[in-house]
Amino acid sequence: MRRKKKRYRKNGRPRGIGVAFREFQKDKIALVSLFLLVLFILFVFIASFFIDQEQLMRINLYDRYSRPGEKYLLGADQGGKDILGQLIIGARNSVSIALAITLITGFIGIVVGLICGYFGGWVDYIIMRIIDFFVTIPSLLFIIVFVTLVPKYSITSFILIMSLFLWTGTARLVRSKALSESKRDYVSASKTLGTSDFVILRREVAPNLSSLLIVELTLNFAGNVGIETGLSYLGFGLPPTTPSLGTLVSYANNPAVLQQYWWVWLPASLLILFMMLAINYIGQALRRSVDVKQRLG
Amino acid sequence: MWKTIVRRLILMVPQLIALSIIVFVMAKMMPGDPFTGMITPDTDPARIEELKEELGLNDPLPIQYVRWVKNALQGDFGKSYTFQRDVTSLIGERALNTFWLSFVSVILLYLLAIPLGILAGRYQQSRLDKFIVFYSFITYAIPTFVLSLLFLYIFGYKLQWFPTGGSVDIEVEPGTIQYIWNRFYHILLPAITYAILGTTGVIQYLRSEIIDAKTMDYVRTARSKGVPMRKIYTKHIFRNSFIPIAAFLGFTITGLLGGSIFIETIFGYPGMGQLFVSSIASRDYSVICALVMLYGFLTLLGSLLSDIILSIVDPRIRIE
Repeated sequence: MRRKKKRYRKNGRPRGIGVAFREFQKDKIALVSLFLLVLFILFVFIASFFIDQEQLMRINLYDRYSRPGEKYLLGADQGGKDILGQLIIGARNSVSIALAITLITGFIGIVVGLICGYFGGWVDYIIMRIIDFFVTIPSLLFIIVFVTLVPKYSITSFILIMSLFLWTGTARLVRSKALSESKRDYVSASKTLGTSDFVILRREVAPNLSSLLIVELTLNFAGNVGIETGLSYLGFGLPPTTPSLGTLVSYANNPAVLQQYWWVWLPASLLILFMMLAINYIGQALRRSVDVKQRLG
Repeated sequence: MWKTIVRRLILMVPQLIALSIIVFVMAKMMPGDPFTGMITPDTDPARIEELKEELGLNDPLPIQYVRWVKNALQGDFGKSYTFQRDVTSLIGERALNTFWLSFVSVILLYLLAIPLGILAGRYQQSRLDKFIVFYSFITYAIPTFVLSLLFLYIFGYKLQWFPTGGSVDIEVEPGTIQYIWNRFYHILLPAITYAILGTTGVIQYLRSEIIDAKTMDYVRTARSKGVPMRKIYTKHIFRNSFIPIAAFLGFTITGLLGGSIFIETIFGYPGMGQLFVSSIASRDYSVICALVMLYGFLTLLGSLLSDIILSIVDPRIRIE
């Protein structure tokens, strides 16, 4: 049995991971992005173990705006805090927050989307109206207002507030796919055999959406990194005591810092840019491997 | 045609009501009341109660909501306590600034995106096409605030081609040509940033439209008639592909509104976005509520505009 399967794979069209792998081989930039990003995330997570956050965030006015290489490798900000350490912890925070938001919104989106698309009817109608409403409101403003309203503000509440407004895109996508999928023969056949709806959704419909979802989640991940750093930049993201890439960039709001102390804000900006580009490149390559028409390999 | 527009307008009513309820609840959740800033430690608590009664703050919430909506419809959103003036006139001033910025941005955006989209579609798979696709990818991936800061640093401070903040220089006399030019000059850098960030959607849409159009029957007919290729592109394909692009306008405006918070803050441009951020910082809740309501309304208006243009252009998607 196992052998048969293997042979089928060999002779048949390449599937799943094989296609993605070939797509990455064809697109050198995506391959490099993937490699660099994995390396970068590993480095950031391992290096942050060796950094004492309290000591890092301690203000030390002697080192105020010290140049790169003077005492710290990448210089210090106006509080005399090491930029390199803040970059590492900040990047770790950004990645983990964006990941958490992506997973939460992904989960809600998939569940809601599957229910709407598969069952249809009035459930679908009501939830779709709610989603339509979420799409039409200016979510960025609402996130900012909620962030300032929450009494005990922490990273967890930040993640939850963001998730509250960002799950609708995935839900819509999953719904439209589940809608067309649930009209296919294999679903009707399964229904006739008496399979329960839950099993059909989880074991039969969901796997058919998985490749699409991986693409969607990757691109969402990039978007969430952008939104998190953007909100932190405006001062409505992470609390100021937590090192964050957005906060580092926001020091540039002071024209003096922007002009003279470029080492405070430029590395963080470039790091954000690097992460956004790399994740998006990977997402694009994955998207091509999902869509037969666009494949390079 | 008119039926569709009316139906679409009616569809907007529940959305507006839902939006207003949320904003109202939000306003109630916010700490403080309309007297913030007016009360000193020696104010008599009984007097405060009296004032509250007078303004109806002790009424049940639904009644308060109806009153709030009534006032809002008449353009009365209360007073800003940091600026000590009517919220409506304050926002009106800023909204005008934001309008001009958005106006210039949209024009620049289309001036930039249409030629790039056409070239990419026409010379598909050429080096130029690859470059344009790459460009639109970068501008899609780059966060607004990073690009704005880099531009401000490079063009504002290093090269000093553009002013680095404000909407107009103080020494210029209002009403003169110089004044208008000066304002335009201040708008230009943020508008260019805006335009560059917004091009992705239009370029990709136009490019794929043109690539699709190449194999259409009407193009083949034109070619067999002997119409030169250049003319087919400018007259036949462009006209067909441009219509959906026009429908993008509404979405573009919606996108601009979200970006205005970042761009106006970074470039120090006194528009609605900047007002929003500074009001949040100073906890000026009446301004915040009015702005959220206005942004929500404009976003709804943007999608309405897109839907109407689309239904004019493409009769297939009219609402049943």
